[in-house]
This record gives sequence, structure tokens and C-alpha cells, in this order.
Amino acid sequence: MSALGNIIKKELRELMTPSTFVPIIIIAILFGSLGNAIGSIEEELEEKPIIGYIDTDNSNLSQIATFILEVNADVVFNSSDLNEKEIGIEELKEKDGIALLVIPSNFSENILNNKSGDLEIYWIMKGAGVFDSLSSSAVDYLITIINKNISYELISTNTSVNATIALTPTSRDDTTYFKGRVLVGVSPNDVAGVLSSQSTIIPIVMMMIIIMAGSIVISSMALEKENKTLETLLTLPVKRVSIVAGKIIASAIIGLILAIIYIIGFSYYMTSFQFSGPVSLISLGLVLSTGDFLILGLSVFVTLIAALSLCMFLGTMAKNFKSAQTLTFPVTILALIPMFMTMFKDFDTLPLALKGFLFAIPFSHPMMAPRALIFDDYMLVLSGIIYVLIFSIIMIFIVVYIFKTDRLLTGSIKKKKVLNLKEQKKR
Amino acid sequence: MGVVEVRNLVKHYGTIEAVKGISFSVEKGEIFGLIGPNGAGKTTTLRIISTLLTITSGSIKIMNYDLQKEPDEVRKIISYLPEDAGAYKNLTGKRYLEFIANFFEKNNLQQMVAKGEEIADLGDRINDKVDTYSKGMMRKLLVGRALMINPKLAILDEPTSGLDVNNAQEIRRLIKSTAKDGTTILLSSHNMLEVEFLCNRIALISDGVIIEEGTPKNLMEKYNAKNVEEVFTKVVK
Repeated sequence: MSALGNIIKKELRELMTPSTFVPIIIIAILFGSLGNAIGSIEEELEEKPIIGYIDTDNSNLSQIATFILEVNADVVFNSSDLNEKEIGIEELKEKDGIALLVIPSNFSENILNNKSGDLEIYWIMKGAGVFDSLSSSAVDYLITIINKNISYELISTNTSVNATIALTPTSRDDTTYFKGRVLVGVSPNDVAGVLSSQSTIIPIVMMMIIIMAGSIVISSMALEKENKTLETLLTLPVKRVSIVAGKIIASAIIGLILAIIYIIGFSYYMTSFQFSGPVSLISLGLVLSTGDFLILGLSVFVTLIAALSLCMFLGTMAKNFKSAQTLTFPVTILALIPMFMTMFKDFDTLPLALKGFLFAIPFSHPMMAPRALIFDDYMLVLSGIIYVLIFSIIMIFIVVYIFKTDRLLTGSIKKKKVLNLKEQKKR
Repeated sequence: MGVVEVRNLVKHYGTIEAVKGISFSVEKGEIFGLIGPNGAGKTTTLRIISTLLTITSGSIKIMNYDLQKEPDEVRKIISYLPEDAGAYKNLTGKRYLEFIANFFEKNNLQQMVAKGEEIADLGDRINDKVDTYSKGMMRKLLVGRALMINPKLAILDEPTSGLDVNNAQEIRRLIKSTAKDGTTILLSSHNMLEVEFLCNRIALISDGVIIEEGTPKNLMEKYNAKNVEEVFTKVVK
């Protein structure tokens, strides 16, 4: 074999290890599952929006509107009686509908008298993720078509209305039903708009804290091995559980400082956009109380403990500082998955399997907590805290168990290597 | 009853039999040497006695404490110096000694640290970060760490590894005086002159089995050898 071939063979042997391939396989699986999730959203968008309408005007112009709705949407409720509004909303909620459009009795009269024809839209909003507001955009588009068609009708029939009304004959009066609240004068896009920055920045910050604190622990374990200090530490009169707890607590203190910085930044951040934009969160009652901030802090803290105990477990496998860098990868992936999922979709609007998957990842919970707390979904947040706490305790027990075994110092010995050693001894 | 009582010790790593039923005992104040070729099972035996590795079968008692049942008690009376040990690089030598002393002595901590400093004999460099130490300085610091706590049993794996002749001699002298003060020493070494100079008794271990045991003098007579190195080459073929 040539020298080049010899070097290539050696390099390939060194590189063809599980640590090289496992991260790529995980990424492939991650992209595959994200692709499936996005695929289901595309299917959702291709379907006609489910709506209902009440036409109390029953005029030529209102019939243009209802005709467009019948053709372009899946109408599951229609009526001409305004008193059936609540029935319609309930029916739409049951049938996964998006909006109920109410055409008031003075709709065409107003337009013909140079006033905007008011369209009352009662939105049933399911989530505030980036992808969640796409379905309401489909109804927005229908309203644009209605507007254009009524405008075309007014112009083509030479109706004597002024140019402004002829070009924009309708106006909107939005009311949004979201997570048990009735937000008057607000559309789903408005709500998604004010919550969108929160949907993107919070998961990113949380992911960064988890990765930073996690890599501290993994590196700490790796350095103990690389600097040959672990053996001495393990022969000192200190219980294994104290060593594990000491490392976790020290890193958790650093993590807690990071969490406090995060919470302070977040509270200022919340304050700053409570008064900005087209919608005031205060006026809608969408603010976090002091208690909510404490629960959020608790969620962040227990998640840090979970992250650190998981990283301690990974750290026990680290042979040196270099391998520690590879071992931070699974933690990064586990932080990235909920980050993307909470950015794009609301927990409530996910399919059941993905809900279970997201809930099972301990790092998801502080990312989902702020929005859940705003909408008083304490069940999700508190059950998440309990789950993450149980996860942490189990991980710590596993790590302490590993500390009591030979594995920490000797690692695993492969059968093939054992056979080779036996053969060598026989010779 | 000796300080160390090892009975039929067996250690498996998976299907590899590293130690195959060895027995020996070490008396108080004795310096006992485990010698043998690479891979014979010396370090494994020392690591087991240091509570680092679990026992597959057999039993070990240290000062009457059962190693398997009372490892925490054993850790209070032993001190282990691994062959390739290190120290925390961000600490100064003195802070490292204080860190270790804190596990043993709360009241006379400074006295213990002062003893460690004296053994390490690093002068003002004791206040420098460990990161800046040479291999020899690091070894001296670690020997200081191992002996400053006045252990009942000091387990030293290649204690003079990495030291120059002068420093190695100084450490050997220190080990002898520590044993005279009542500390029992269990050591392993590849340096046969060191073993001959230091040890009251030695055990030759090969392929996980003790094949010879006795005082250096008796073994030299038995094998008609001029020194322990010759005994070694005759016994371990």
C-alpha cells in the first residue's frame, strides 16, 4: 500500500466512529420530522378555511359576499338570524372553524349612503405561532376578494357612491376568541404580531442558556478525566452523591445567574412592548403577574437542573475535552427542536404525537411557559415543572449509579477488543 | 490483623480476567511493594484497594473495614497517588493542598497544608498556578498532597515517576520516614533499585497472579541473585 493510501486508511479508521455519524443521523431524523410537521401545515393551508356566516342584510351586495364565501370556503354554519351568533361560534369551535362573519342588516344601506359596510368578524384563534396565523390569513384573503367584488359591482352598475366607498366598500370589526378570552377590536394577526417577537426571542435565549450551562458541566467532567484529577477526587472521603451534587449545584448557580439575567431582561422586554404596536397587551389583560414571573423562573431553574444532570450523564462518557465538545451535540439538538417547534406552532395546535414529543423534551417547558402563563394555562406550566423535576431526579440517580461503578474510569470494553486481547495473551 | 488484608481477590473487566485470586497482607508501618511486568494487574489491585474499582470476588479489609461494605470509612484513612495523576490547573499549588486538606482536617487545616508544602518543597512556586508547573514539580506537589494527610495507608503507584535522580531520592527518603512514623505504604514500581531500597517485603505479580512474595533479601538468596532486578528477570520469564 502506498504511503498516501496508508494515511487515508488510518484517517478513515479514526473518523469512522459513532461520534462522527450519530449527530448527522440525528440531524437527518430532525429534518425528517420537521418536514412532516411542515407537510401537515401545507395540507392544512391547501384545504378551504372552515367558516360560518350570518347574513341579516340579505341584499344584493351581501349576497355577493355570501356567494364568495360559499365558493371559496367550507361553510359549516349559516343563518340570517343575528340571535344565532353564539350558536354559530360554538358550532365553529366544535368543527375546528376559523371565523364567523356577520353581515349586519344595514350593510348595503350604509354602502349605498357613502358609508363603509361593516363586516363583523368573530375569529376563533387556536395558536399564536408563526404557522398558526396562516389559516386566518386565508379568511383575510376572502374578505379582500369580497371587497373587490362589491367594488366591481358598485362601479359596473354605475351606483352613485363616492370614489372612496367604491374602492373600499367594506370595513372590519374584529373580535378574537383565544384561549378562553374575548379580545374585542383585535384580529388574530394583531395578537400574533405582538406575541411573535416573544415567540422567537424567548426560545432562542433559553436554548443558549441550556447549551452554555450544559457545556460547562460536560467540560468539567471531561477536564477531570483529561487532567487526571478524577481518580484522586474519587478516593477522597466524600460521597459520590456529593461530588455529583457539587458539580450540578455549582453549575446551577452559574445557570441561575444566567436565568436571573434572562428574567430581568425578559420583564423589561415585556414592559417595552406592552405599550407598543397596534394592540396594547395591558388593555387586553395579556400580561404576566409577579407570580407568573416566579413560576417562569422556577420553570427555567428546574430545566437548568435537568439540563445539567443530563449533561453530567453525558460527561461521564467524555474521555477528554475534545470528546466533550461532541457530547454537547445531543443537548444542542434537544434544545433546538423545542425552539423551532415553539417558534412556529402553538402547543395547543400541534398533533397529539408531536404534543407528546414536545412535552417529553424537558427543555420545551420554559420556552412554552411565557405564552401559557399569559393565557393562564397553569396546568401546562406546572405539570411541565413537575415532569422536568422528576426527569432531573432520575438523571441524578443514574449519574450517581455510574459514579459508583467502574464505568466512569474504565469505560466500556468491546467484545471484539476482549477477544483480541485474549488471542494476544495466548500467543 | 494487618493494615491491609487481601483475600482471593479477583477482578474481571468484562471477560478479561485482570486479577486472578491474589492474597497478601501488609502490616502496620511496613512498606510493601507490588512489582511485575506491564499489564500484570498491579495498578488494578491498587485501584481496587483505593476504592476506585469494584471487586469481582474475594475480599479486602483495610484496618478491619470491609472495603465493599464500608468504602466511605476506608477513604478516610487512605491516600492514593495514581501513576499519572494531575491537579486542578486553575488553582495554585497551595490552594490545591488546601482543597484536599479541607476533606480531612477542619481544625488544623493550615498545619496540614504546611506539611504538604514542606513535602512538596516547591518554595515560592507553591503560590503559582499548577498550570505553570513542570512534570517534576507536579509530582512533588502530588506526593505532598498524598502524605500530608497522615494516612493510615498510603497507596503509591510509581511514586517517583517523572522525577529526576535528586528529587526521586528525596521522595524515597520521605516515604521511609513516613513509614517510620507509622503510616503503612503499599506501592508499585518498575524501578527495581527503588523497590530494593524502600520495601520491607515485595510481591511479584504476573498475569494477575502473585508468583513470589518475601523480603528482597530472602528472594535474592532464594534465586541466587545480586539484586531484585535479577530476581525479577528470573521469576518473570
